[in-house]
Amino acid sequence: MEYLKKYPKLFQWLFLLIVFFALCFAIDVPETYKFIRGQAEFVKDPNQSVYFFLGKEVRYYAFDVFWRLPPLLGWLPIWINDSLFFLMNEWMPMEFWNEDTQEFKTRPLLLQISRNLTAFMTFLIELIREILLGGLETIVAFTSWDFIDAYPWLELPGLPWTIVAAGATILAYKLSGKGLALFAGLTMVYISIFGQWKPSMQTLSFILVAVPLSFVFGISLGIAAYKSKRVENALYPILLVMQTMPQYAVLVPALVLFGVGDHAAVIITMVVAVPPMILLTILGLRAVPPEVIEAGRMSGCTNWQLMTKVLIPTARRDILIGVNQVIMVCFSMAVISAFIGAKGLGFNLLLALNQLNIGLALEAGLCISLIAILLDKMSLAWANQQQDYFGNLTFYQRNKNIIFFGGSIVVGIILAYIGTFVFKDTFNYLFEVPHNKGISTADFWNKGVDWIFDTFFVYIKAFNTWLIVDVLQPMRALYLRMPAVATLVLAVGAGYLIGGIRSALVVAALTLFIALSPWWDRALVTLYMATFGVVVSCLIGFTVGTLCFQNKKSAAFMLGVCDIFQTFPSFVYLIPVMMLFGITDTSVLIAVIVYATIPATRYTIEGLRSVPVGLHEAATMSGVNKFQRLTKIEFPLAFPHMMLGINQTIVFALFMVIIGAFIGTEDLGQYILKALSDKNGAGIGLTLGICVAFIGLIFDNLIRTWVEKRKKHLGIA
Amino acid sequence: MSETVIKCESVYKIFGENAKKMLEESNGNVDAKTFQEKGCIVGVNNASFEVAKGEMLVVMGLSGSGKSTLLRCISRLTDATGGKIFIEGQDLLQLNNKELIELRRNKMGMVFQSFALLPHKTVVENIAFPLQIKGIKTEDSISRAMEMVKLVGLDGRENYFPRELSGGQQQRVGIARSLAVEPDIWFLDEPFSALDPLIRKEMQDEFLRLQEKLQKTIMFITHDFDEALKLADRIAIMKDGIIEQLDTPANIVLNPATEYVRKFTEEVPREKVLVIEDVMDSSNKDNLGDIKVSKDDIIENVAEKILTQEKIVGVVDSNNNIIGSIKPSTIIDTVFGGRKNNS
Repeated sequence: MEYLKKYPKLFQWLFLLIVFFALCFAIDVPETYKFIRGQAEFVKDPNQSVYFFLGKEVRYYAFDVFWRLPPLLGWLPIWINDSLFFLMNEWMPMEFWNEDTQEFKTRPLLLQISRNLTAFMTFLIELIREILLGGLETIVAFTSWDFIDAYPWLELPGLPWTIVAAGATILAYKLSGKGLALFAGLTMVYISIFGQWKPSMQTLSFILVAVPLSFVFGISLGIAAYKSKRVENALYPILLVMQTMPQYAVLVPALVLFGVGDHAAVIITMVVAVPPMILLTILGLRAVPPEVIEAGRMSGCTNWQLMTKVLIPTARRDILIGVNQVIMVCFSMAVISAFIGAKGLGFNLLLALNQLNIGLALEAGLCISLIAILLDKMSLAWANQQQDYFGNLTFYQRNKNIIFFGGSIVVGIILAYIGTFVFKDTFNYLFEVPHNKGISTADFWNKGVDWIFDTFFVYIKAFNTWLIVDVLQPMRALYLRMPAVATLVLAVGAGYLIGGIRSALVVAALTLFIALSPWWDRALVTLYMATFGVVVSCLIGFTVGTLCFQNKKSAAFMLGVCDIFQTFPSFVYLIPVMMLFGITDTSVLIAVIVYATIPATRYTIEGLRSVPVGLHEAATMSGVNKFQRLTKIEFPLAFPHMMLGINQTIVFALFMVIIGAFIGTEDLGQYILKALSDKNGAGIGLTLGICVAFIGLIFDNLIRTWVEKRKKHLGIA
Repeated sequence: MSETVIKCESVYKIFGENAKKMLEESNGNVDAKTFQEKGCIVGVNNASFEVAKGEMLVVMGLSGSGKSTLLRCISRLTDATGGKIFIEGQDLLQLNNKELIELRRNKMGMVFQSFALLPHKTVVENIAFPLQIKGIKTEDSISRAMEMVKLVGLDGRENYFPRELSGGQQQRVGIARSLAVEPDIWFLDEPFSALDPLIRKEMQDEFLRLQEKLQKTIMFITHDFDEALKLADRIAIMKDGIIEQLDTPANIVLNPATEYVRKFTEEVPREKVLVIEDVMDSSNKDNLGDIKVSKDDIIENVAEKILTQEKIVGVVDSNNNIIGSIKPSTIIDTVFGGRKNNS
């Protein structure tokens, strides 16, 4: 009894676990139950039960409600589909003027908006693309096809790669100095001589449209939310769900609304990239000290000046993190949106992965990662720029960058012109190295992969078999064995113990949504993969983070490594693991682990760093040794922050598990991927996405609530 | 008396919903407790005073006494709930946004406790900021800002960022920024409270030097009574939003109006605050010795001179006319006596 009084929480948790396991044992698996089958397949079967809701027929296999809840939300995807279809094709028909046919035409409003948006985005992308690569769409957009037939010389020739490379180098030099200039130059040269120029520029044009647009939208909405509580309240739930929504899932609705192509990719990228920008803008603006705002007001700022000259620059740190996130998401989406027809490196990467040509995939992946890192560093340097008022500069000094760029244009054109004579019979390598005509190391890598396979096949295979048979399969079976009711009890109980009634209700609602959807089994598989990934990631992350923290230099180095790794598009992680483990669950899990270890490591180091110096000194004076200091002081104090790391780890792991569906897993992601090629896929994709988002949100809610309580308890809120 | 620059007539600031309505219903009789029960917090309660041109009014009070709120009402960083505020005869609360911005751009400067510098701008950029906001050309504003850098003694550090400066240096930047537009009215909100005692003293002296040169109309907020005594022409002591007493330092020390004010004055070394005129005997002008003191001398500075005299010392005004006398025993009474009576 004494123990009970001393550790009441511990016993409550024990009690909860006992109830959970008791329920698990008490509820048997029905004999006819087939695991992993979608319970609301759209095929008719006499054994299925049927119900009608909102005029929709939902068929499903009925089982004991304690074992699996009936898919009462099975109508949702169908309903979403029908609504989308209705909105696009029938809602609010209006008369619109059609330029091409020169007459009024009746069209539903939403369709017209979608068409206009599409045209606008396509124009922007084409404009940049044609400056970089050449083409005639832009000229046509202002004139007509007849016009271009009459004056064919108006076609944009595209910049020779030498000029773009020189421009990037000069820009990098102006922004940051020699280091970045060297990196920019090498990146551009690498891209060119490896024959990735065209797809790279296609990706770049996509990025150069998506990033600024996402930034502008994100920061404007962030400001609106900062200024008006009502806007914030309206935005917040959407932001929350979008934060944990897998990027795959939003592809399908975009497909319905905007069709296939780069423009749809840009729009959908914005949908994914804007939420973190909004959140970080709000966060940053909130953190501006009130006295700084007053100082701005007393200097006589108008509202606009206050925002642009005081608030935003002061909140720069958080806003920059937002920009970094936007760039990261955009590159990630540059690959993923290849599924809906975006051109460029992403498309090549997917194609190569599909053909199991690891070498090619590696080259494309490297290109995209290099460009991502370059843009990230450039944007950072741009924001940190400083002006020199006192250097009395001559005209040359002030404009030397422009002069150099002008010079490089001339040189580039001359070189390209000379090239036409030198490479008379082949391609003009001084203008553009065609795709697959540059140097390629693909064969080398492929041979390397083959060699690794031949040499280590036995070991890899043994490891793979052991992992799958002895660890993963049993774990998966255990997860699937969880009855719906038992899982609900566990989730709600945990919610109640951590955050009281409020948390319990939130968690209950989120869990119920998943349980009532037709994909409970799949959600369990997703959960099992994510759990495995998160546990291993956290173990690695905490260990690596703690070790690196022992030394200031190694800590800084590790954070830098995390930064770079985070910039890689998520798809790139699949390349090396496929090299080693082929198409198995192991590959996905290893990719998950690598990807999710980043936040675990980062937050561990940051958490340990945030322990006040005074406490260190106090501890040292009390005569603790290094290990005692770590376990008694640093860990307890850093733990809340590390828990936020676990939170991020879960989100990252879920993302990667879903992307892993590309390799072939049996979780929710597989269905999302399937939905891409299904004409009724939008509703399914979106509902599945919400399911994944809700899994993330359940943990998010529990962890955040716990962290807040803990921080208050420790007095470091 | 010279022209009035700031004038407050029963200014109220009450935080909370329905504050305005409740104030109207109370007929100017605001009781903090009853308001608090209804969910309103009284920041400033019926403040009326005037500040003359070139005068320095120091508002003194402990934290939560409403002194910063009063300052923010007068700079209209927050809108007063009731009452009237005039700046050079203009009704501040009637100004529209554009006029208010014009007023701030040309007439007002403010210094903050936490310095409130813009972290992304260098020293010189911070100082030039109000000028650039006004739309002055970059070159002109930077050269004007450089003058200010020199004025506050930060030359050589104009390209530093605020984070690279010490607290005292940061506040020098804050002061320079607030003076860059050459304002007539200067608000200082606990400018030296975040500084070390030694630096604080140095900055106070520097501040007095600047004020001697610039002769601004100043409202200075502090929670430090010694600071108030050292700097002020007049002091307003606030408690719970109410101005308990508004008077010259000497009068506050000599005749505290309320028990609360008296507590502050108890520990004050009176010889440092009072001048000869405050304690002299104006009826007796005979039997004077050779040595004379000015009526504006602070007692501490002339105490030794008077105490070494056998005879009564004469007091003269600025025109060297004898207007009274002072006995050595009066000095001893002032330094030691007053405190004995009170304790």
